Amino acid sequence: MDEAATTPVEIPLIDIPAGKFGMWVFLISESMFFTGLIGSYIVLRLGSESWPRPGTILNTPLLGLNTLVLLSSSLTMALGLNAIQQGKQRQLKRYLLFTALLGSLFLVIKGCDYVHLWRHGFTLSSSLFGSCYYLLTGFHGLHVLSGVILMLYLVAAASRGAFAASQHVRVESSGLYWHFIDMVWVILFAILCLV
Amino acid sequence: MQQWGFPVDISTTGYRVDRLFWLALWLTGIAFALVVGALTYFLICYRARSDRRAYYTHGDSHGAISLTGGLALLVFLLIDVNLAYHDHAAWQAVWGAPPSAKEALRVEIMPEQFAWNIRYAGPDGVFRTADDVTTINQLHVPINRPVIVQLSSKDVIHSFFLPNLRIKMDAVPGMVTSLYFQAKTSGTYDIACAEHCGFGHYRMRGFLVVESREAFTTWMVGQSKARPPDSSWGWNWGGAA
Amino acid sequence: MEQSQPRSFWRRDVFSTHHKVIAIQYLLTGVMFLAVGGVMALLIRWQLAAPWQPVPIIGKLLFREAGGAITPEAYPMLFTMHGSIMVFFAVTPILLGALGNYTIPLEVGARDMAFPRLNMVSYWFLFLGSASMLASFFVPGGAAGFGWTIYAPLSASTEMLPGWGQDLFILGLALDAVSILMGGINYITTIMQLRAPGLTLRRLPLTLWGLFYSAVLNTLWLPIVASALFMVLCDRRLGTAFFLAGPLAPHAGGQVLLYQHLFWGFGHPEVYILIFPVWGLVGDLLSVFSRKPAFGYKATVLSMLTITILSGIVWGHHMFTSGMNPLVGKAFMFLTITVSVPTAIFFLNWLGTLWRSAIRLTVPMLFTLGVVFVFAIGGLTGLFNALQTFDVYIHDTYFVVGHFHYTLAASVLFGTFAFIYFWFPKIFGRQMSSRLGKLHFWLSFVFLNAVFSVMMFVGLHGHMRRIADATAYEFLKPVQHWNVFIGWAALGLGLSQLLFFFNFLYSLFRGTPAPANPWEAGSLAWTVPSPPPEHNYDAVPRIWCGPHEYGVPGLNNGDWLSQTDPRAKALAKS
Repeated sequence: MDEAATTPVEIPLIDIPAGKFGMWVFLISESMFFTGLIGSYIVLRLGSESWPRPGTILNTPLLGLNTLVLLSSSLTMALGLNAIQQGKQRQLKRYLLFTALLGSLFLVIKGCDYVHLWRHGFTLSSSLFGSCYYLLTGFHGLHVLSGVILMLYLVAAASRGAFAASQHVRVESSGLYWHFIDMVWVILFAILCLV
Repeated sequence: MQQWGFPVDISTTGYRVDRLFWLALWLTGIAFALVVGALTYFLICYRARSDRRAYYTHGDSHGAISLTGGLALLVFLLIDVNLAYHDHAAWQAVWGAPPSAKEALRVEIMPEQFAWNIRYAGPDGVFRTADDVTTINQLHVPINRPVIVQLSSKDVIHSFFLPNLRIKMDAVPGMVTSLYFQAKTSGTYDIACAEHCGFGHYRMRGFLVVESREAFTTWMVGQSKARPPDSSWGWNWGGAA
Repeated sequence: MEQSQPRSFWRRDVFSTHHKVIAIQYLLTGVMFLAVGGVMALLIRWQLAAPWQPVPIIGKLLFREAGGAITPEAYPMLFTMHGSIMVFFAVTPILLGALGNYTIPLEVGARDMAFPRLNMVSYWFLFLGSASMLASFFVPGGAAGFGWTIYAPLSASTEMLPGWGQDLFILGLALDAVSILMGGINYITTIMQLRAPGLTLRRLPLTLWGLFYSAVLNTLWLPIVASALFMVLCDRRLGTAFFLAGPLAPHAGGQVLLYQHLFWGFGHPEVYILIFPVWGLVGDLLSVFSRKPAFGYKATVLSMLTITILSGIVWGHHMFTSGMNPLVGKAFMFLTITVSVPTAIFFLNWLGTLWRSAIRLTVPMLFTLGVVFVFAIGGLTGLFNALQTFDVYIHDTYFVVGHFHYTLAASVLFGTFAFIYFWFPKIFGRQMSSRLGKLHFWLSFVFLNAVFSVMMFVGLHGHMRRIADATAYEFLKPVQHWNVFIGWAALGLGLSQLLFFFNFLYSLFRGTPAPANPWEAGSLAWTVPSPPPEHNYDAVPRIWCGPHEYGVPGLNNGDWLSQTDPRAKALAKS
């Protein structure tokens, strides 16, 4: 949704660029998707007679570290937006790269976590908890992956000088998406590892 | 008792369902006639003519809004709330007063693709014992005696449908659902599966045989002698159920 | 004024980002699938009218191995694919894809959608989805056979339905869902953010309100069913057991009913997703052809909003026989019947529009009035289904099938035809034959009512849906001749549509050239030539009034005002 409309925005309902408005609509949709998954997890868990206690199967410290990684990527994203709002293109590029790197680091840690759990017999089909864990974190991981790709695309665009202090809708709406997947992870971390 | 449009009603409570239908048909029929009447009248009276213009109104005056709102509320009260009230009364009669486990005949039904596995508790009145009687597709019940059925499923969702008694209940794997009825006319009737359960869904037919107490007892004895009970399924009815 | 540059055929007509081209792509895809789904309906009715008899003419071609007869294995595929194709690949592309894409930018005074490239991708996702659906017919085991509701565990276990056709079906639906969501983002953003100056929310055509609320419902509820479908896919192929329980489940804890909650959480709003654009269209067309402002515009829009909210909390009425708590069922029943208040306001406003009007009985008007008639039946019979005690009896019978065909098939089909007959001159620049159109309407009207009302009647007799052979049951013997009757009526309905196809194709090439505004309609789209130039508007239009200024007193020429007519300035002040 990077293409600006050919008609000037005349009387928008909310005074924000169409790209950002569209991103909000998309994020509402996305949050309903995760509502479906998380809601199912809650219903399945409450309906089960027994459920593994937190910390007995999952590596909470590792996933906690991952939470920190993702949270700091949100910070770099915010700094990137701040940079381009002041017209600093080089800084924007640097922060976007940082964000993509932190996102990739999250995915690598996630992958190690998967391999470790799978080797110890905790698989997608070993128990209901396993199914839920891989389903929820898997879909979240796919979102992080697409976020990383989005970041790299923005880096490429920034290299071409596509953004300026007055023109950064794509950075802003991509930032919204990035913060959204960050927030989803915090919720997932809480309901999978802590509660 | 044959109601027009319905299959024969053999239950003690089925007439409540039929009556509810007729009431709903009358009420909605009146509403429909009014709508179509108005539509036809307007179509005849207000055709475009070169010498006449439409009455220019946006229908957003206080009067117009109160009128539409008031009429809608009237529809809600006269039709919807009225029907909901009668539905509640019918629900109480059909589903709201389960018979006591002592006087009722208890049956377990565990359908699978594409047959009805049926289980009676046998002389000891306890399920999952050696004197259980199991049949396939044959549900015999004594006339004028309440029957409680508990349902579950071996594979997919089926729906236990007794058209002549105006009831049905889904049989869901991993769950136990139940229904009860009392038949007042003897004869053989259809049991049908109402939930799509695979390519043989259409032929998942069972038979409900309503017969005298004596005939029922004789049949039961014959069945228990004919074969040992199917021990692959069944569950306990927690105490009195 | 910028000139449109000449581009290659592929960029201009195939991978186009232009809303009018995409709309036509949606329209043609939808109409093609309407025909495919229609033929499936005829096959279903053939099987019910003459169980296991070889299908005449096309039987040998389709069911070669069974000597031309429909097999028990093929029958579930037919009704599954009929339902899904009609809902997701015929009606949705036509009413959201084509109607939405064509009218939204034109009616808001924009040159294109807010996100043209996203719009193109949206169509191609639908294309991939339909390819996946069609491919499912050709894999071993055949197409999906679990019904359009995809109920677990039948759908969720490969022990029950092993073929890859089932998975292709789910994949196809998922792709279509992505397509619809992308479209929805475009619709909502364009309607809310790209309106030309003066086009306030109170001056939007009702069609756009219908499309807007429909997109809102899609945005909210489609992701829910998407999540459920992914879980079904995991259960099928990855060994999980989210929706499996009992002997079939590999491990404990799965919940069968959870699937139904998730499905109907979307499934009920889906009814309104399909009907809202039609309702909006009906509001606009009644006004155009009765030459009178839409009665109670604000109340109509607010009613749509009310239904949008209510539709998300009534899904439980699809599950009265699933063993849910009767008290919960009562709550769902009460919420459901509350929907009749905004619906009644809708009907009263439609009648209010016709009251003291000056009606022109054109073809689109006939279909519009047809919608009012059939939706009255569909809506009122909905009440029967809401009554818990009665629903337990008619649940999963043809009563339900007849009811939802009145609301979803009859109303939506008439709405689709009203849309096509009304917008055809604008889209293609030519008029459709009015004589053929009227014949098409009356034949469709008679046959359609014959089919669906008799369906409800046999349902009242207990005729279960989705059974391949009613003659297997003693209690259905008395109504079997009605199945034969429906078969003939359905054939009549199907053949009447040939008139439409002929009219469509003939008018496309030979129809009389259409003027810019053949219907004397007031909304923005009719101020530009037919067909509109690629950029729609030479300059951003200025809007002075609502789209329904007909029968305005005191005008010296004509009786109506276009939305761009500066004379309306005086109107707003008075």
